[in-house]
Amino acid sequence: MAIKNKKLNLKDKYQYLTRDMAWEPTYQKKKDIFPDEDFEGIKITDWSQWEDPFRLTMDAYWKYQAEKEKKLYAIFDAFAQNNGHQNISDARYVNALKLFLTGVSPLEHAAFQGYARVGRQFSGAGARVACQMQAIDELRHSQTQQHAMSHYNKHFNGLHDAAHMHDRVWFLSVPKSFFDDARSAGPFEFLTAISFSFEYVLTNLLFVPFMSGAAYNGDMATVTFGFSAQSDEARHMTLGLEVIKFILEQHEDNVPIVQRWIDKWFWRGFRLLSLVGMMMDYMLPNKVMSWAEAWEVYYEQNGGALFKDLERYGIRPPKYQDIANDAKHHVSHQAWSTFYQYSHATNFHTWMPEKEEMDWLSQKYPDTFDRYYRPRFEHWAKEHAEGRRFYNNTLPQLCQVCQIPTIFTEKDDPTMLSHRQIVHEGERFHFCSDGCCDIFKNEPEKYVQAWLPVHQIYQGNCEGSDVETVVSKYYHINIGEDNFEYIGSPDHKRWLSIKGKSSDAKDAKGESADQDAA
Amino acid sequence: MSVNALYDYKFESRDKVENFHGMQVLYIYWPHHLMFCSPVAVMVSPDMTFGDFLEQVLKPAFASHPDSAKADFVKAEWKLNDEPFTPVMSATMKDSGIDHKSMLTVTTPGLDGISGSGS
Ligand SMILES: [Fe+2]
Ligand SMILES: [Fe+2]
Ligand SMILES: [Zn+2]
Repeated sequence: MAIKNKKLNLKDKYQYLTRDMAWEPTYQKKKDIFPDEDFEGIKITDWSQWEDPFRLTMDAYWKYQAEKEKKLYAIFDAFAQNNGHQNISDARYVNALKLFLTGVSPLEHAAFQGYARVGRQFSGAGARVACQMQAIDELRHSQTQQHAMSHYNKHFNGLHDAAHMHDRVWFLSVPKSFFDDARSAGPFEFLTAISFSFEYVLTNLLFVPFMSGAAYNGDMATVTFGFSAQSDEARHMTLGLEVIKFILEQHEDNVPIVQRWIDKWFWRGFRLLSLVGMMMDYMLPNKVMSWAEAWEVYYEQNGGALFKDLERYGIRPPKYQDIANDAKHHVSHQAWSTFYQYSHATNFHTWMPEKEEMDWLSQKYPDTFDRYYRPRFEHWAKEHAEGRRFYNNTLPQLCQVCQIPTIFTEKDDPTMLSHRQIVHEGERFHFCSDGCCDIFKNEPEKYVQAWLPVHQIYQGNCEGSDVETVVSKYYHINIGEDNFEYIGSPDHKRWLSIKGKSSDAKDAKGESADQDAA
Repeated sequence: MSVNALYDYKFESRDKVENFHGMQVLYIYWPHHLMFCSPVAVMVSPDMTFGDFLEQVLKPAFASHPDSAKADFVKAEWKLNDEPFTPVMSATMKDSGIDHKSMLTVTTPGLDGISGSGS
């Protein structure tokens, strides 16, 4: 294409700077250049059908992102200079940031690596460019999140070694294994897993609660990076939808393959979001909405409309969606119970909800909270008041696929754990659900290699056999500072002194301290 | 179905029994006592007797539950890997048919957790 005008319109500019940067190879075979494009069985008949949702070129991209970045860091500076951490609702909130920094930010980095790798594998230039930009976005997200939270690291515990912890700490194997699974798949499965299932179907459930949670609790640094990332996320969501429609339109043989991936990655994503559920219902002192309400809006309604839309391609809603929809009444309570009893092995604090919070939970969960969870919580609160804060001193059974302890209950009987087990090549494997069990059965060769933290401790691969050694030496969690109960913790005391309240009134069992924090 | 890969994809199981230095993993589940968030994972020797396992491993694991003092685990209803099971206190784990990554379910009728909530 010869350049006629000096001033290009946007469409031409896009064409020159993306599609025309590609070429047909002459002295190398296409197959050798893009070796991973077809082994998954996905058939692409015509890459030119790929519609670029944003027609963004690199020069425009740099300019736009640089402006956002400038504003973002100006706000971070103002936040630090004005001691913004003193204006949050309560220091319990910071524990949500600890979860975010260790559980989510490393996933942004994993997303960056994933897009950088799979983008290289597509012979279609449009898809390559889109992946490249998303890779840079995700790298930026991981960096800005770490910068936003570094201010809190000066004042609160548990934020000091996120990258190290991500590869080692038991509950962080849940988000880590999610992305490891996606990144070790082929390029089209990666896109279905991350672009479509995660970015398009589930990302609102992650970002909206976290960012509105930050706003409701006075954390302006986090709100700001949320806004800054949001325009990227909107682009990623559009890309996610384009990806799936493109693959489905290319060949009918792609439909059953994609359906299996949607089933798998919906289930894996839903399990991963248990962490977000407990953050919303338990970790935000000022609550935004309940997890059940969020699930209804962002999955049942939005997801419902989406899958209605995809029906014409022969795609049905994800398998076990009914189980997931019912679980919205339970997962946050079950996840918080788990972290409460294993609080000695985490980099954040836990606590029992105060009276008004229990009442809020009763109201938001009329069919489940009072019946199944309140008695347990009141028992624990009483034990704590009497100096016997409950910690579970054994290790939990983990699901071979999602790696979450097998804590979830049966849809038809919330007093029974949902547990599945199979024997594969003479060895027993255990799962939290039919969803995870199916994923294993489809690709057992992959999941027999799972690095399950509990089994690794028992095999002697975590620098010690007792929990204390593993937690301090292997996880880098500072015992007595980062972990255990919130009431009476160094964070709690620091917060009381910031607020000018006495902190010698008291520690571990103290009811007076409890009152002060309210 | 099986994994789709670029090459012959075959790896050892990371949790095969040989990796546990002569011990084996055992899971214990006490239904209707969900205060313990999941079945617990313990390590036992295949030569340990069931009686010793009951006294030294199971009872301490569940001791912090208020039902624990009332529970008669010997007369409880037992399942091994979802099949009915009758423990013999003097038999070893191995002779009881309890292999690596087995799961024991012990139900104590009449005890339904904190205030009957299944917790
Ligand atoms: Fe991101
Ligand atoms: Fe994204
Ligand atoms: Zn699972």
